Amino acid sequence: MSTVVQIVYFLAAVLFILGLKKMSSPVTARGGIVWAGVGMVAASLVAFLEPGVLAHSTNAILIVVAIALGSAIAYFTAKRVAMTDMPQMIAIYNGMGGGAAAAIAAVELVKVAGSGHSLDTVIMVLAVLGGLIGAVSFSGSAVAFAKLQGIMRKTIRLPMHQIINLVLFAATVIAGFYIGFGDHVSITLVLAFFIMALVFGIMVTTPIGGADMPVVISLFNAFTGLAVAFEGFVLNNAAMIIAGTVVGSSGTLLTQLMAKAMNRPISNVLFSSFGSDSGAAAEEDIEGSMKEIEANDAAIMMAYAQKVVIIPGYGMAVAQAQHKVQELTQLLEERGVKVKFAIHPVAGRMPGHMNVLLAEAGVEYDKIVDLEEVNPEFPTTDVALVIGANDVVNPVARSNPDSPIYGMPILDADKAKNCIVIKRGKGSGFSGIENHLFYADNTRMLYGDGQKAVGALIAGVKQL
Amino acid sequence: MIEGFTALYIFMLSAFTGYEVISRVPVILHTPLMSGSNFVHGIVLVGAMVAMGHADTTLEMVIGFFGVALAAGNAVGGYVATVRMLEMFKSSTRGSK
Repeated sequence: MSTVVQIVYFLAAVLFILGLKKMSSPVTARGGIVWAGVGMVAASLVAFLEPGVLAHSTNAILIVVAIALGSAIAYFTAKRVAMTDMPQMIAIYNGMGGGAAAAIAAVELVKVAGSGHSLDTVIMVLAVLGGLIGAVSFSGSAVAFAKLQGIMRKTIRLPMHQIINLVLFAATVIAGFYIGFGDHVSITLVLAFFIMALVFGIMVTTPIGGADMPVVISLFNAFTGLAVAFEGFVLNNAAMIIAGTVVGSSGTLLTQLMAKAMNRPISNVLFSSFGSDSGAAAEEDIEGSMKEIEANDAAIMMAYAQKVVIIPGYGMAVAQAQHKVQELTQLLEERGVKVKFAIHPVAGRMPGHMNVLLAEAGVEYDKIVDLEEVNPEFPTTDVALVIGANDVVNPVARSNPDSPIYGMPILDADKAKNCIVIKRGKGSGFSGIENHLFYADNTRMLYGDGQKAVGALIAGVKQL
Repeated sequence: MIEGFTALYIFMLSAFTGYEVISRVPVILHTPLMSGSNFVHGIVLVGAMVAMGHADTTLEMVIGFFGVALAAGNAVGGYVATVRMLEMFKSSTRGSK
């Protein structure tokens, strides 16, 4: 029987890796997730055959109830959530995995504490490590969810926040050390360890601002993978080790890619808050003024252009303007205008999030180009249309070394012949930095809600 | 079954595999992919079931129950979210919705 279980686990691991591989191309991606799904169903079914799982009938019933409960809640929330809210849902499902890994560690450690039979030291240390990482990922992801969902708006920073964190972390590690290497483990110590780890996860995540959240979610995703792998060692389960480690390493790479795209080293994201050290130093006089434009004039400009590049940002998604933007694109293309979408790596709230939103509106993905590809094209672009994007088109990232976003790769919208910016009001962006693009000679501002403004552009083009 | 160094080798090879698999993914698929890898660590469900299966005391059972429920949520939520996102990429033909 156990051979059957092992064979299925092995096949599941293969399916996971192949599935992830297939997800590397838009054409095969859907097949990829299905393959991984088949592996998951098979692995969870044979898990019932693992020695001990069905030994006690109460436990067996509770397992089925727990699976039904967890699956039902997750299924309905995942079905209902709007595409714009996807990042925080990924955060919460990821946190659940971290919590599960921590729960495995907790059950094993409480068992050791209760029975007095210690496990092998290596196993104990791995259980503690996995428990710590999983618990931090669990509570940290919950905070990330609350922030992106708007439940928790303020960025809370206690006085001496870093020092408190450091002390808390040290205390957690010492407790973990005693559990891992100590002769006698008490249940109180195990519980204290987990509570401290959970609080630490909250404390680490609360000072981080919304703009940095994608990096944090991705990091917690890698954390959970690692925690799952460690608990896989504890339970002697190869499928968990392989799947967890693959996610741990790929998640780390993904986190690095994101942090690089935002020009924010991971250490900065975790240990300083965005914009807090910028302030007055970055302020300088801006030449020129913001010039407004009427929707009809903007429409004429675009309708008679040869090439238009649309630069969407999160503001477009919030205003639910992507369908209107697609309508405008089709109108312009009927008139023979070449339209492209330029996507900054961190447009939306995660790399690729904007692509999902545009795909939802029916924009073909071959029309979507990324930063390296599109930047050389801006000098030959007649109109760059910026919708709800701000920092990713701010030229100070190239010019002003004092600016907090200096060095971040940006879309060179200022190099286009004309630039139209659709913006809700005159305020500055996520980071609070003034955008010099808005004051440039070739830039015109079209104020208003994204959806209405694009609607006005559509009406304008139709009149011609 | 898995002895010390064998486990270490599995760990090392899996780490490289994860790195290689991801490094060829285009930016447009990063969010679905993060969601997909989020689903893959839902395999923690298997471990949670084993842990719950041999839970003895009430405390162990309560923790185990939460573990299984959370793990199931991770797996199912991760799967549905990923499929929904990837459905968007289904066709590059006009007017897909």
